[in-house]
Amino acid sequence: MAQRLLAHGGLNGELAGAWSRARVLVDGSGRMTVAAPLLEVRGLVKRFPGVVALQGVDFDVRAGEVHCLLGQNGAGKSTLIKVLSGAHRPDEGEIRWQGEIAEFGNPTAAMRSGVAAMYQELDLVAGLSVADNVFLGHELSTMGFTRRAEARRRTRALLDRLGHRDIPPDRDVGRLSVAHQQVVSMARALSLDSKLLIMDEPSAVLDPDEVRVLFGVIRELTAQGVAVVYISHRMAEIREIGDRVTVLKDGRTVAAGLPAREVRTSELIGLMTGRVLENVFPQRVPVAQEAAEVLVVRGLAADGGFSGVDLTVRAGEVVGLAGLVGSGRSEILETVYGARKATDGTVEVDGRRLRRGSVGAAVRAGMGLCPEERKSQGLLLDQAVYRNITVSSLSSFARFGFLDDRAERTRSNRLTEALDVRPPGVDRVVRGLSGGNQQKVVLARWLLRECRVLLLDEPTRGVDVGARSEIYELIRDLAARGVAVVVVSSDVEEVLGLADRVLVVREGQVVHSGPADEIDESRVLDLVMEGHAA
Amino acid sequence: MSEDTVVTAPDRPATEKNDARRGISALLGSAAGRNTGLVVALVLLCLAGVVTAGDRFADLDNVLTILRLAAVIGVVSVGMTFVITGGGIDLSVGAIVALSSVWATTLATQGIANSTHWIVVVFTALAVGGACGLVNGVLIAYGRVVAFIATLASLAAARGLAEIISNRRTQILDVRGFTAFFDASVLGVPVLVVIFAVVAAAGWVLLNRTTFGRRTFAVGGNPEAARLAGIDVRRHTALLYTLLGLCCGLAAVMLIARTTTGSATHGGLYELDAIAAVVIGGTLLSGGRGTIAGTVFGVLIFTTLSNVFTLNNLSISAQAVAKGAIIVVAVLLQQRLARRSGT
Repeated sequence: MAQRLLAHGGLNGELAGAWSRARVLVDGSGRMTVAAPLLEVRGLVKRFPGVVALQGVDFDVRAGEVHCLLGQNGAGKSTLIKVLSGAHRPDEGEIRWQGEIAEFGNPTAAMRSGVAAMYQELDLVAGLSVADNVFLGHELSTMGFTRRAEARRRTRALLDRLGHRDIPPDRDVGRLSVAHQQVVSMARALSLDSKLLIMDEPSAVLDPDEVRVLFGVIRELTAQGVAVVYISHRMAEIREIGDRVTVLKDGRTVAAGLPAREVRTSELIGLMTGRVLENVFPQRVPVAQEAAEVLVVRGLAADGGFSGVDLTVRAGEVVGLAGLVGSGRSEILETVYGARKATDGTVEVDGRRLRRGSVGAAVRAGMGLCPEERKSQGLLLDQAVYRNITVSSLSSFARFGFLDDRAERTRSNRLTEALDVRPPGVDRVVRGLSGGNQQKVVLARWLLRECRVLLLDEPTRGVDVGARSEIYELIRDLAARGVAVVVVSSDVEEVLGLADRVLVVREGQVVHSGPADEIDESRVLDLVMEGHAA
Repeated sequence: MSEDTVVTAPDRPATEKNDARRGISALLGSAAGRNTGLVVALVLLCLAGVVTAGDRFADLDNVLTILRLAAVIGVVSVGMTFVITGGGIDLSVGAIVALSSVWATTLATQGIANSTHWIVVVFTALAVGGACGLVNGVLIAYGRVVAFIATLASLAAARGLAEIISNRRTQILDVRGFTAFFDASVLGVPVLVVIFAVVAAAGWVLLNRTTFGRRTFAVGGNPEAARLAGIDVRRHTALLYTLLGLCCGLAAVMLIARTTTGSATHGGLYELDAIAAVVIGGTLLSGGRGTIAGTVFGVLIFTTLSNVFTLNNLSISAQAVAKGAIIVVAVLLQQRLARRSGT
């Protein structure tokens, strides 16, 4: 129904605003069958010390539509979301909510009006149960006593609606997988009876299967008149689920309300980047058969994760690990690196066997890891770029324990220039950089060490299209210089495009191993999910 | 803040007011500027001292007294700066000082010292302090006991042990050479004050110029990232507590020298004074940011405050209230600054 209404919803924004304002004056009843903008944003400006994050954003969201927000990291999407959800106050511009000027002074006010945001960094409280998290801040209570049975029942109903009967409402949220945590986050938004749901890269942590479930939920919500603002870097998803697209660049709207299904991908990328992108994945360089086997893993196993994993990576080779979230692919990587203790098997670098469960030994042997959770596992967020880069190579800058600060800065500067980290400056605090640039800083750390084996866990999560291809180039460059690379990604296209050889992991077992050009995406998905649906 | 907030804005018209405000917060945010507030506070305190107590405050002997008092707690606070910057906390410092002072002044230790050299007293105190710190560090880093609890346990145990060893009696020190050495002055500056200055300077170099210091920031800022970057976080944590233990041992030596006694009641509430000095100095309790200079100022402010109160015949209780107020104001100020600098 909502879809049909959209067809003739081409009202001029201002007119629609006036019209619905008048309507509010007349009866004030909340009939939601009108395609007038639910939310309308005009000339939004938001400044931070030293930076203008938004400098004129216009867009509108209609009830019952999926409105996609596109833009590179740093374009202002996250700030826009925070303004819409009341976490930041805009400096200029106006927000109209159901036709009336709205001031969401804080997230609670926005929530009460019906705007719920799901942030990229999930804001759940580990240690509390699923039900407690769903109703956090709006607990069901009678005279101050929480109605726990009722909360559990309603939570179960919400999870049911989201197609996740398998999540027990009593389970500690901290013990759920990231994907399941996201489902809880959505249940939380639904529990608020939201009219507008903002989702910041919800699919980044989901498997194809789970994305399908997510889309099912979104379709159901929009059919009920709920509007969704959907942020993703994946074009295919935008085509599948989106109704209209708004593109941001450098804090400005460069295109608003484009039809999501008709607009060409190249046009969107052009709008986002201001340039035309060609081949995303760099050319493969064939690996010489006689190239040395740098990383040799035999019979690796860890408790409750995986077992019998064999993996050989030659110098200059890129090996991709594909698998669902929870299949054990990240665990394999972390165990190879020594961050988790192996219960069985061996890891050798250049023929030398590594001590089990010792990151130090792995790093000394020439291994480097770019972890999955960049912010919590990879970076010293409040410290300078150069300190993040040199943290793994401190002894090479030290004489009798005394650091050569200047050499650290010079070497780091050379790397950040080569990797084109923006904005430049090695004394900048890492927290202020965008996702892609933060990833480059982590990569620079291992470039500086000139490591032999590079393990990359989700190297492009939260990285925009432009920076993404730069990171692919970088990985290929490294391989060309003889580094053995292992890439884990939930993006099958990425694994296939980037790797020379692909290993498919399912439920802790390697179920397939072979050259990347002899297998296609659907076959990988088949392998990944075989026995999964049953 | 959000990752989207960094957008280059070359064409933004800069208003003068904004520039001025940014200038001030940049000044306050810089290493030198952060300490300006502390300097101002110290100067105001001195002015208050001069106004209320006049010559009794501004007297050279009084200034040296302040410094001698500051020296002992100062050495502990420098060690505490490392532990807190590394993301930890140590509540047992006062008890470790007491235990070290008692152990270093037993009849047995004094006997050995008198038959060999007075340095035995110093080494005993350092060994006891270092060992206590090591126990704390191993419990916390390898035993994975929460720092707060582990050092709370050490607090009780160390003070209890000190009472057992000393039989709750104050032990008078009578070791040839010891008193003479520590009571001396270098160019008019008491040896205790010289020791504090050396420890502070060494602490600054260690924290800001060495791999050890850099690792401390990394471990305190994000232990998981530090671990995955190849730093042995557990060993480093254990080392931090050991370092603090050594500082406590040294403080015990200085306390013995100042009072010529060793006692299980020494070092009372040192943990609070040290943590307070570190925090008002600008070191983040959550770890990852720390400043030795700030700590030194923190110690001086507290000691001067006590002195001014004492000269005006105000009670210890009134001092405690004033200390509490200063801590609250300092932390509030820090938070406002942190917010304004936008991180």
